[in-house]
Amino acid sequence: MSDAANVVDRTPSERVDVCIVGAGPAGALMADKLAAGGHDVVVLEAGKRFDFESRLRRMKRSIRPAYDDLDVWDMGGPRDDFNSSGEIFYPLNHKRVKGIGGSTLHWGGRVARLPEKDFEMQSRYGLASDWPINYDDLQPYYARAERELGVAGVDDNPFAPPREQPFPMEAFPRSYSDSLFEQACEKLDITTHSVPQARNSEPYQDRSACVGYGTCQPVCPSGAKYSADVHVRKAESEGARVIDQAAVQRLEHDDSGETVTAAVYRTPDGETHRQTARQFVLAAGGIEIPRLLLLSESPSHPDGLANSSGTVGKFFMESPYIHLIGQLDRRTRQNLIGLGTMESHQFYTPEEAEPGSFKIEFGLGAGPTPAQLALEQRTPLEGMLDTMRNPTSVGQWSENARNLGGIEWGDDLLANIREQYGNYFSISAEIEVLPRVENRVTLDRSTTDAYGKPIPDVSWNRDPHAERTIERAFEVLESIVDNLDADVREKHRSVLWNGVGHHSGTTRMGTDPGNSVVDPQLRTHDLTNLYLVSSSVFVTSGAMQPTLTIAALALRAADHLASKL
Amino acid sequence: MELTRRDALLALSAMGIAAGGVAQQLGDRGTVSAEVTDGTVAVAEVVFPSSVSGNREFVETYLDGRTEGDGYSLEEIASLLDTIDREAKRSTGRSFTDLTPSKRDDVLREIGAAKAYPDPDGTVPQRIRYYLVNDLLYALYSSPTGGELVGNENPVGHPGGREAYQEGPDDE
Ligand SMILES: Cc1cc2nc3c(=O)[nH]c(=O)nc-3n(C[C@H](O)[C@H](O)[C@H](O)COP(=O)(O)OP(=O)(O)OC[C@H]3O[C@@H](n4cnc5c(N)ncnc54)[C@H](O)[C@@H]3O)c2cc1C
Ligand code: SF4
Repeated sequence: MSDAANVVDRTPSERVDVCIVGAGPAGALMADKLAAGGHDVVVLEAGKRFDFESRLRRMKRSIRPAYDDLDVWDMGGPRDDFNSSGEIFYPLNHKRVKGIGGSTLHWGGRVARLPEKDFEMQSRYGLASDWPINYDDLQPYYARAERELGVAGVDDNPFAPPREQPFPMEAFPRSYSDSLFEQACEKLDITTHSVPQARNSEPYQDRSACVGYGTCQPVCPSGAKYSADVHVRKAESEGARVIDQAAVQRLEHDDSGETVTAAVYRTPDGETHRQTARQFVLAAGGIEIPRLLLLSESPSHPDGLANSSGTVGKFFMESPYIHLIGQLDRRTRQNLIGLGTMESHQFYTPEEAEPGSFKIEFGLGAGPTPAQLALEQRTPLEGMLDTMRNPTSVGQWSENARNLGGIEWGDDLLANIREQYGNYFSISAEIEVLPRVENRVTLDRSTTDAYGKPIPDVSWNRDPHAERTIERAFEVLESIVDNLDADVREKHRSVLWNGVGHHSGTTRMGTDPGNSVVDPQLRTHDLTNLYLVSSSVFVTSGAMQPTLTIAALALRAADHLASKL
Repeated sequence: MELTRRDALLALSAMGIAAGGVAQQLGDRGTVSAEVTDGTVAVAEVVFPSSVSGNREFVETYLDGRTEGDGYSLEEIASLLDTIDREAKRSTGRSFTDLTPSKRDDVLREIGAAKAYPDPDGTVPQRIRYYLVNDLLYALYSSPTGGELVGNENPVGHPGGREAYQEGPDDE
């Protein structure tokens, strides 16, 4: 891995218009748009700049046992220490990546616009709060975000909010296994449709079309799956300066306490630097943004920066997933591609407040692969259940192999794989949670990270609204399976409470400075030149993947900020 | 089912080794000694299904490319094969490569390779499991030919395009 820590100049720039913290999609899109507008931009990113060429090796780490999934993107260790104090253990480092590109290096690449109801939970259902903006405000930015990321899709989803134009690329065709479930859904009057993907179904803006490695999550070696290093490169070609391995420790402000003056950051040589700028953008994700604000406490902001409302870090949300997995009496053709091609949003906008929203996804990666069966040799259902519980963990698979007796090889192994591979299915549902004050990110002052700063503590607890929604969602999934034209050999439920890396809500948006952190333009109520661009500003999270909304918000914030420079 | 050089190249790409680079170097074989190739083929004949042929060509190409991969050294392989050979001589009086596949199977099991947890930095049996048994199985089952044996013609890690997932099973 070329790290080149010694040769890269990581000292601050002078006369900077905008300093952005974090080079995931939020920071990268902001940097690109502002730099293209002629502004001087510096991006400070805590993680490394990964060589594109290293992706094949990273892919191997993702499919061979003997590697932990954290190894794929070099996560973990003292830099990334965290604590989990809630009812549900929250494995934070499996839910994010630090580096140029941020968590999109690892993400699944499913994208969706939030339907109207997600912005209006209070007025429609009397739940949580409304967003101070609505779908109409974001619609043009969603369209731009789809072009920026490169989204493949087709307008066949009757439950989706209105569109103004076709998707930039054609949709990925449905899978063979979708056809089995489609029939069952038809019997039940459940409408199925395609899945918009930030993944190239054809060459797009100098990036390859998908070639079927099937390892999208956690790494796409071809670059067909969008990751935000794309916009980092664009931003750099527009003149932005992007400094990797520059971990921001705190923000400093002027005597009035109303203006941020500098981002203080540490580099691998042990030096501490101060980047000054006219405007500051935190795009460090839903955990590190509140943490950084809390770490920036000062005499005039004793509870942390931008925290006069006391809500920084509170109302943390994640998306629990449920899975119904099992085996049929026939081949289901799984593990032949890394994406999913069919969903149903029929249950997304309920009439009543409860059960809440859920979104059905039909899986294409059910059950172990032949190579996993060969290398790990454990009962596939055990493995699947573990993997569903923690789908990003390859280490999970290998853990249980330790206690096995002698493994098989040769003809016995072949017979075994033939027996065990091929008949699995999975249907999943993403589940809505509501913002709750006890779900929160705080500082754990008893432990410090590699830089001597208190680590983040995530407190994540079961949500009764989600529990009731889960019950209903399982009923629907079971009814689909019961209506398959196939015998179901076995089926099992599993609930992934700790979610899939959709952290949101921790610095929410609002018009009242008494109960929110940023205004509708994403500027903090308390500091005149500090913007927070992230799912951390979501007021409610729905049951949809967040990143297209993050991208839309980033493009909107970039427009706004450019008008002020 | 015939394993080909192409299968080995594709398996290498699933190991993070760019097949293009390997293909170019294939003109100058020679880094891999005959002993290492013979020994590895002898292991492959045990761990691969008997219906698979073409092991030698597959193993040669694979070994050539594998030396490009991270954390893989030919000295390591040579030394593990040596250990296996010593065990074969101790228990049967013959060289590992001279034994029938079924006797070789016994030797590999005696040495603990079937019980050890695969670990590239572990004990000798753990490394045999990792570098020889598992590497070969991985190469086989992440190659299209190996995948086809079990009904998966586009194994994970192999850039086999976007057709396979849309197609139904062969027997339908
Ligand atoms: C396994 C997995 C699957 C996912 N699948 C999907 C999906 O299919 N669809 C979807 O929409 N979303 C998905 N997501 C979520 C998606 O990855 C995130 O929503 C998205 O990456 C968030 O973008 P961001 O720019 O706000 O933050 P991030 O992408 O997390 O980037 C933040 C960056 O800030 C940097 N940073 C943090 N602290 C500091 C600091 N103090 N100083 C300097 N830099 C700092 C980090 O190193 C990081 O690079 C998935 C996530 C995971 C983990
Ligand atoms: S299946 Fe397509 S998107 Fe996924 S890793 Fe392979 S090339 Fe990338």
